[in-house]
Amino acid sequence: MMMKKLGLALAAGAALLGAHVAASAQEQLIPSMVYRTGPYAPSGIPTADGFHDYIAMLNARDGGLNGVKLKVEECETQYNTERGVECYGRLKAQGGTIFSPYSTGITYALIDRAGPDKSVIFSMAYGRASAMVGQYFPWVFNAPVTYWSGASAAIQFFAKEAGGKDKLKGKKIAHVFIDIPYGKEPNPVLQNYADELGFKLELVPVPAPGLEQKSIWLQVRQMRPDYVFLTGWGAMNAVSLKEAAAVGFPREKILGGWYTSQDSDTVGAGPAAKGFRGLTFHAASRDLPLLKTIKQHVTDKGMASQNGKHMGEIGYLRGVLNAVFTTEALRTAQAKYGNKVMDGEQSRWGFENLDLTAAKLKQLGLEGFIQPIKLSCDNHQGEGKVLVVQWEGDKWKHVSDWITPENQKLMPLYLAGAESYAREKNITAQNCAKS
Amino acid sequence: MAFFLEVLIGGLMAGVMYSLVALGFVLIFKASGVFNFAQGAMVLFAALFFVGFIELGLSVWLALPLTVLVMVALAWAVERLVLRHLVNQEGIILFMATIGVSYFLDGFGQSIWGSNVRQLDIGLPTDPIFLMDGDILIQAFDLWAALVAGSLLVALVLFQRTSVGRALRAVADDHQAAQSVGIPLNTIWIIVWSIAGLVALVAGVMWGSKLGVQPAIVSLALKALPVLILGGFTSIPGAIIGGLIIGAGEKLAEIYIGPFFGGGIENWFAYVLALGFLLIRPQGLFGERIIERV
Amino acid sequence: MLYRESGQFKTSYPADQAIFTIKQDRWFFALLMLAAFVGIPLVATDYLYTALIIPFLCMALAALGLNILTGYCGQVSLGTGAFMGVGAVAAWNLAFRVPELNLLVVLVLAGLVAAAVGVIFGLPSLRIKGFYLAVATLAAQFFLPWLFTKVGWFTNHNSSGVITVPRMTLFGWEINTPMEKYLFALGVVTILALAAKNLVRSNPGRRWMAIRDMDIAAEIIGIRPIVAKLSAFAVSSFFIGIAGALYLFVYLGSAEPDGFNINLSFQALFMIIIGGLGSILGSFLGAFFILLVPIFLTRVPPLIGLDMSTAAIAHTEVMVFGALIVFFLIVEPHGLARLWQIAKEKLRIWPFPY
Repeated sequence: MMMKKLGLALAAGAALLGAHVAASAQEQLIPSMVYRTGPYAPSGIPTADGFHDYIAMLNARDGGLNGVKLKVEECETQYNTERGVECYGRLKAQGGTIFSPYSTGITYALIDRAGPDKSVIFSMAYGRASAMVGQYFPWVFNAPVTYWSGASAAIQFFAKEAGGKDKLKGKKIAHVFIDIPYGKEPNPVLQNYADELGFKLELVPVPAPGLEQKSIWLQVRQMRPDYVFLTGWGAMNAVSLKEAAAVGFPREKILGGWYTSQDSDTVGAGPAAKGFRGLTFHAASRDLPLLKTIKQHVTDKGMASQNGKHMGEIGYLRGVLNAVFTTEALRTAQAKYGNKVMDGEQSRWGFENLDLTAAKLKQLGLEGFIQPIKLSCDNHQGEGKVLVVQWEGDKWKHVSDWITPENQKLMPLYLAGAESYAREKNITAQNCAKS
Repeated sequence: MAFFLEVLIGGLMAGVMYSLVALGFVLIFKASGVFNFAQGAMVLFAALFFVGFIELGLSVWLALPLTVLVMVALAWAVERLVLRHLVNQEGIILFMATIGVSYFLDGFGQSIWGSNVRQLDIGLPTDPIFLMDGDILIQAFDLWAALVAGSLLVALVLFQRTSVGRALRAVADDHQAAQSVGIPLNTIWIIVWSIAGLVALVAGVMWGSKLGVQPAIVSLALKALPVLILGGFTSIPGAIIGGLIIGAGEKLAEIYIGPFFGGGIENWFAYVLALGFLLIRPQGLFGERIIERV
Repeated sequence: MLYRESGQFKTSYPADQAIFTIKQDRWFFALLMLAAFVGIPLVATDYLYTALIIPFLCMALAALGLNILTGYCGQVSLGTGAFMGVGAVAAWNLAFRVPELNLLVVLVLAGLVAAAVGVIFGLPSLRIKGFYLAVATLAAQFFLPWLFTKVGWFTNHNSSGVITVPRMTLFGWEINTPMEKYLFALGVVTILALAAKNLVRSNPGRRWMAIRDMDIAAEIIGIRPIVAKLSAFAVSSFFIGIAGALYLFVYLGSAEPDGFNINLSFQALFMIIIGGLGSILGSFLGAFFILLVPIFLTRVPPLIGLDMSTAAIAHTEVMVFGALIVFFLIVEPHGLARLWQIAKEKLRIWPFPY
């Protein structure tokens, strides 16, 4: 009796595992890999909401992309690489073409599959920095910035604070980072700048997950650096801010990377976060015209994800930006291939030829949100710019102009990273001239 | 020298926070021989309910007893649905069952209260206090945490002297013998899990004030494990002293030994330290001697 | 009625000592192998391979290794993830630095490296027992990923510390598509499972089980604990190391040292407890349960028409999974393998009740 039940259950299970719900033929499936649960949920939820809401706005206001309706299909990865790979497989089978894993680990796992599967991996401002060299990574895009360009922007901001690049000579800059690959990414660039500009770079790794940082910040206090660059993730960020405040380390000296300065981090730190500054690669104001449009077409009609609870937060805006890039790439592809559902190859072409001029941004209602950006075959990052924002206790304020990372200076590093990958994999560079 | 003292005191305070989590493990292991993997989830569960009640508008003095009630209800449910059916199974089976409970609590707590990070402020001061003319810095918050842990320790040790405490020790020694002298096993287990839930609530409040209440709190249980092995699974004072040793050792090692290795050694150093102690005393510093009969 | 032994006589010692002594068992196993090597490649999609079947094989092998250590020898270990990492990093370094090496040789050497590391971290087991040992193995679990992150040589000084595998070829057969990767992994796992089954049926296995059941009595009758325990660690780490190498090469294709974290260790431990301690079949059943049930649970709500948010689905899946674990433990504390055994025993006398 129980055996029969067990057998039936197993059979049903096998059938369900293989089946899947597919999008209808006239809908472009937009995969959304999210983490709404698990230890990084506070960062993942607003981003997922922003992504969903922007696309819902396009559907409501414009009827989709040139008549093609967009369907957002979410899949929960819990920031776990295995789940991420499973989500990718499932969403790919349902017709997804552009994937944003929101996790460096998952991105790396998918980079190799991207080519054979004809999937675009869009790792916006995270993932493998050297993937900006499009010749070696034709299917991977990391616009508008990478961790390396972020480090460059940070040093430029510190230089500005000090009164000029030459004033950095002899100073001490500490890099407090979470001791995982993501945290270590900026180190080569920071060291490069240290050698060039003559400041001393102190590397202070924080063992993951960084829930306890007392000794770290006592150490930093002892070091008396002039500036601190903070590359944290998840729960570590709030703890860093709190511990820094608790040891009396001046907050004005700390600058956070973009995944260190989200609302989820500052809210958790409470009053210890007020005055904390961080990098971002898009505007972070709650008064953007873009947000008004989303409110009008989506939130007020009750169609927003979680009723727009996180609207206007940095994480939300990041999700929106991701959706902007995704949909604009598809729109670019549609201009060449026709107003229909785009497949993998076409989506890739769209990304590679993405050209968001100032006029186009204005037309889309995105003025002030990001700077104009253009991708190309050999530059999958574009010349994205970085902004410094400051937490006021309940919202972020812009405290700098758009900083241009010194990508030309970093080009040798990018090429070295890309060529090392090519050597490991035994692949040859694509020829960009003919594309 | 002043810096050394600073780090030492800071480490001791950090250790106190770890031992708050470890206490829950010890209580349950002492009374039922079960290694409660769900303790981390219980800390999050308690913190979520507490912060949730406060956000709903209740005052701290009302939210606290309400959360205690929730934890008692949880203890009752765990005993009724899980422990009762697994009496006399091997330790590793019960361990696995607590893992199931941990998953369940994780999902249940977050599905009710959501996964966002919430700030928890119960009025504890967080300013630095300077001793010795500003050379040594300690944090006011940590002093309060030490006070809380100390009072909890005293309360638990006193509790052991009561008749219920004695019954708990009898159950820990031998389930069947305790039953045969008339100690109601099921009630004792509910009491133990409730107390562990209370300890989890205290730990959740302290850690929640530090990190904000968020799902990452569940991983605190891993921080408590070296404390447990060092102090012994069955000793309440062991949990506190183990916590102090691990906390101080960890922080001092990070500052003084860490630079030779490139930093970041905190995580594994605690375990290596505990391992070192275990090699000398295989049952932990204060644990019960393991007597094996052939 | 179908599963009777009557009429089957064994007339030689080898026949008596075979793994499958009953003819029906041999048929069943042959059919299973046929289904695995031929049937699945005919029907499975790429998604099934990359998301379900290949991770199942990798984790089943790791669970097998852990079962040898914990189920057969009684030494609880929470260092599985780190040993998988050792195997993966060793295999990657060998494949990258000595490209001429045969892929199988790379796997075996990686396994040997993992075995050596396993023996070193198994030394505390000579003094520490039970749950204390489990927490002591966590020292390995946290130390080894730190080592791989810190010492750049292990990851070829890659700035992010991530290693990606080169092309794999085996005797001229290039292993590219998911199906080929699946067949390769299946072959490796089958051979190793066979080796494990024979190991536990023979002298080493009996020594391990003696240590597990009553280690002091075992020592008295002449089984040296140092040999038995360290050999258990060595063999177990060998299997786990190869599982880690497969995990990197065939499943993910790239890995960061942090990816071999404590979650993998816990996963493997859960697999053997649910599947059945001290059972080779149990490792596979447990891997199936722990890996595939959560995915199955996430798929059910949309397919039966329930409209839930992804967060709600994720929470429900976790809750149901936890409840299922408790349920299975109450129903059969000795794991799914025991359920299978009971089923077989009932089949022998079916349709009679006793």
